[in-house]
Amino acid sequence: MRFLTLAGRRLAAALPALLIILAGLFLLLQLAPGDTVDALVAQIGGADATVIEELRRHYALDRSASSRLLDYLWRLVHLDLGESAIYGKPVIDVIVERIPPTLLLMGSALALAFGFGMVLGIVAALRVNRWPDTLISTLGLVFYATPSFWFGLMGIFVFAVYLGWLPAGGYGTIASGLAGWAHIADIAWHLTLPVVTLALIFLAIYLRIMRASMLEVSTLDFVRTARAKGLPESRVVTRHVLRNALLPMVTLIGLQTGTMLGGSVVVECVFALPGLGRLAYESVMQRDLNTLLGVVFISALLVIAINFIVDLLYARLDPRINATH
Amino acid sequence: MNPVLSIRNLSVALPPGADRPYALRDVSLDLGANEILCVVGESGSGKSMTAGAVMGLLPERVRATQGRIELTTGAAGDSRNLLELGQHELRRIRGARIGMIFQEPMTALNPLRTIADQVGEPFRIHTALTSREISKRVLALLDDVHIPDPAAAARAYPHELSGGQRQRAMIAMALALEPAVLIADEPTTALDVTTQAQILRLIRELQERRGTAVLFITHDFGVVAEIADRVAVMQHGVLVEQGAAADVLNAPRHPYTRALIAAVPALTPPPERPVAGEAVLTLDKVSKTYRSGGLFKRHKRVTHAVREASLTLPKGGTLGIVGESGSGKSTLARCIVRLLDPDAGSIRFGELDLATLSHRAVRAHSRHVQMVFQDPYGSLNPRRRVGDLVAQGPVAHGVPRREALARARQLFELVGLDPEAVRRYPHEFSGGQRQRIGLARALALEPSVLVADEPVSALDVSVQAQVLDLLASLRERLGLSLLFITHDLRVAAQICDRIAVMKNGSVVEYGSAAQVFGAPTHPYTRSLLDAVPGRHWTPPTTGADDALAAA
Amino acid sequence: MQFLQAYLRNPAAAFGLVLLAAVLALAATAGLLFPDNPLGLAGRPLQWPFSNPRFWLGTDHTGRDIAAQIFHGARVSLVIGFVATVIAILIGVLIGALAGYYGGVIDDLLMRVTEAFQILPNFLLLLVLVAVFGSNMETIVVAIGVVSWPPAARLTRAEFLTLRNREFVQAGRTLGLGDARLIFGEILPNALPPVIVYASVIMAVAILLESALAFLNLSDPNVPSWGNLIGGGRAVLRDQWYVSAIPGFAILLTVLAVSLVGQGLNDALNPKLKNR
Repeated sequence: MRFLTLAGRRLAAALPALLIILAGLFLLLQLAPGDTVDALVAQIGGADATVIEELRRHYALDRSASSRLLDYLWRLVHLDLGESAIYGKPVIDVIVERIPPTLLLMGSALALAFGFGMVLGIVAALRVNRWPDTLISTLGLVFYATPSFWFGLMGIFVFAVYLGWLPAGGYGTIASGLAGWAHIADIAWHLTLPVVTLALIFLAIYLRIMRASMLEVSTLDFVRTARAKGLPESRVVTRHVLRNALLPMVTLIGLQTGTMLGGSVVVECVFALPGLGRLAYESVMQRDLNTLLGVVFISALLVIAINFIVDLLYARLDPRINATH
Repeated sequence: MNPVLSIRNLSVALPPGADRPYALRDVSLDLGANEILCVVGESGSGKSMTAGAVMGLLPERVRATQGRIELTTGAAGDSRNLLELGQHELRRIRGARIGMIFQEPMTALNPLRTIADQVGEPFRIHTALTSREISKRVLALLDDVHIPDPAAAARAYPHELSGGQRQRAMIAMALALEPAVLIADEPTTALDVTTQAQILRLIRELQERRGTAVLFITHDFGVVAEIADRVAVMQHGVLVEQGAAADVLNAPRHPYTRALIAAVPALTPPPERPVAGEAVLTLDKVSKTYRSGGLFKRHKRVTHAVREASLTLPKGGTLGIVGESGSGKSTLARCIVRLLDPDAGSIRFGELDLATLSHRAVRAHSRHVQMVFQDPYGSLNPRRRVGDLVAQGPVAHGVPRREALARARQLFELVGLDPEAVRRYPHEFSGGQRQRIGLARALALEPSVLVADEPVSALDVSVQAQVLDLLASLRERLGLSLLFITHDLRVAAQICDRIAVMKNGSVVEYGSAAQVFGAPTHPYTRSLLDAVPGRHWTPPTTGADDALAAA
Repeated sequence: MQFLQAYLRNPAAAFGLVLLAAVLALAATAGLLFPDNPLGLAGRPLQWPFSNPRFWLGTDHTGRDIAAQIFHGARVSLVIGFVATVIAILIGVLIGALAGYYGGVIDDLLMRVTEAFQILPNFLLLLVLVAVFGSNMETIVVAIGVVSWPPAARLTRAEFLTLRNREFVQAGRTLGLGDARLIFGEILPNALPPVIVYASVIMAVAILLESALAFLNLSDPNVPSWGNLIGGGRAVLRDQWYVSAIPGFAILLTVLAVSLVGQGLNDALNPKLKNR
């Protein structure tokens, strides 16, 4: 019960921020030189004034800003994101098609970054200032400094062009007719390089935080207590240091979700994956603001949802959370 | 005496670059079975390093360079030198043969694991007991340390217990395997005085029942008087005196011990000073409530930090406000200087009601009532020269900077500091000196009332005595009235003319010092006084005279 | 002086400083060594590095000198990184300071805004800003600054929250100091060191963000940006991989330099945490 109230409160706490986002985006739309109709007209190669006028009325661009803002918010509540000018379909339909590849990409990259970051961070902390630590920390710094799109391109050159081990892009072999496990394996094969590319910078962050967190926790009093009880060093680490050190890592998942979604824009573009990020890029290139804002809105919801899950996870890891409320 | 633990000529070296080469130098100690040996000293005396060396848990880069630490391991009296043991063998001794408890029971327990889990851990690593058997033993242990409802406490996480209960759980854990030696490193310093008394009693009880040898590390001679069989006094890493508790406490031989004991304030107040009947500050039904929870949180909690406190501060006198943590004494002090806004009541200062002044007016009138803070390290901005810190107040009130700085030099002299030191930064001063700087800063505005919030609590006992003397003499010379907040009844007895006792936000007793200490009326006051460690011991006066003469 | 010694005792930090100096040298000498427009046609396209003494890093797919673009690109990366960081730090410190100092409703409001910015994926927001305001150099710099401030605000706020209850701040208040003096004179100088260290992170990310934008062809097409060169090289990746590889290395080394210097500053400022 307490858990549920906590969950409810966390969701409610995200609402004001969401409202600010929507109002801000709407404001940006007003500032944009040219609107959906301009984009449409440009797309179809010009149209006469009456048609433009008609289109404007159709997209309700002739009404006052405040009434359109309310209208906009009301429609968002129904997940009605309007029509995509470019794709000629409701924006929500376009987006729903694009979500699975992005989620798959992000989830795999997160798992990879978190898992390896954690293990490498632990190893570095246990061998602090000796060669494994120096090696891991240096590697982390280099990963952090590597632009993901460049790493992706170099990956394509080495593994797709030169070695021919992995595909250069795409979300599965086109028209392969594969089904079942073969289809899944095909997707996994195609996603290997993109996932590694996206995960790299986050791996660097997680490993750095894990190392620092381990070292920090090792100085705390209860670790001294554990040693005073005669615990062997391995047990001190597994029973007392690890779980405490994991708390900042879990917080970081939530904080990095937005950054990761941003990163997937670039990675999806490099590897031609039909995901949310690439959709955002396409709509920028084609000035389809309706679609772009739809993507931003759905991304914000996604980030809120992931943060929500992370919060619940955190509350399970740390008994102090439930008690303070 | 047949020692269980025998430290011989132990020296511990500090890493290069430390302020002295040795943490411990040639220390020899014997700890017999069934006795409590108090190792007492001021900060930096090396008393905690002694414990660390015994446990084999010295800080990084700190090494024992010489000596032996013999622990009797068998019934036949054969012993082993702990300094020669490898980590593996040491681990079999730690927790099994030597238990240890620490100062801060909150941080000494893992916040993410239950009490049962942590108390049972020594069994899991040192014995082959089944988990069923272990949980039975844990409950018995928690019962032994008198935790109410052991079954519930066992399931609880550390944050769900009170400070005293946490320390009880720590003790249960340390004594789980009935070690021959218990090392207690300032185990009651972080606790309130009544909880401290209970924990001291518990340690004594368990020690007697089990015949444990206890190495008890403390800075507090009151605690020593309360619990010690024998005493060892340390100064700068050297053991200067040891002997039976009664001998050391009542007839100290070494000059340092004598000076230390002379600095311990007696619990009986000195003869009453004549104090004017006129009040300089009158508090009437001052209340302060805290509400937690912000704009978007539904559950708001209300804490009554101060409830209708009514007090008067006589002109030229000292009003002590004593109480345990959470009693509201600091909140009240902060209401008076308007760091907090009281919710109700009035604070009369002459024509002004300080409680209802607007924030702008508070700033203008701030010079009348000034505050001295507790933490000598936290109360001075580390990035400003100390002269600037003292001049800051007058400058904010319109005094030209040059003049304010000249005044700062005079104030430095007044509080016993070198006027040339105004150009230095806070980190270049010791704790006692910083407290003097804080005092000079408050005095720079020529206040008529000084609110001192635990001004000597963070200081070593000898420095504490000097700062108290300074406060008393400034009170005389400048005609100051003093509102003195403290948790330490000994300090209150020495400096206060009147005393108010606070509990849960309310003033439960209010009267002259002689009255409150001699004939307390409220049961809570009586329980506070009963809890003062070493209340039956009066520091010898001859030693005090010598020390004063020396000073 | 002492600080410099503490800093230079750390080999990684010293290496970072040397690297940063090297990038600065590239930027400083760009106009001298390559006075011509680096985006102008220089020679036959797709000459391999070291094959022609005139173009020792070769030419790209449109025949522009890669070396000239690397030198001039250093300028662009550093300027964009630096200015965007200054913008982000200014916004972040101001918002964090106000929220942390005043607390209550002000804090609630400012933190909701900060949350809003943190919920929005920063690169997506960048895309929106570029889509709305266009992609000239000034817009890009401001946009990167605007998407980068939330962590700085949170950090500053956290520092203010602890510092405002420290006794030296309370002492200032009882002395009658005004809010502005307390915020800027007492608290800020003590809150700033960790924020300045964090600035290195913001700058590293800012450089990466700009290069990513340029790679996607959304940055100012009239300035020589490393990301742009990589994006251009993409078309010829199969055979002339060096066109993309060289500027990528430049970005990597620059970001590495900034990170190392930041970490060095951190270690020198917190000697106790040296081994962290």
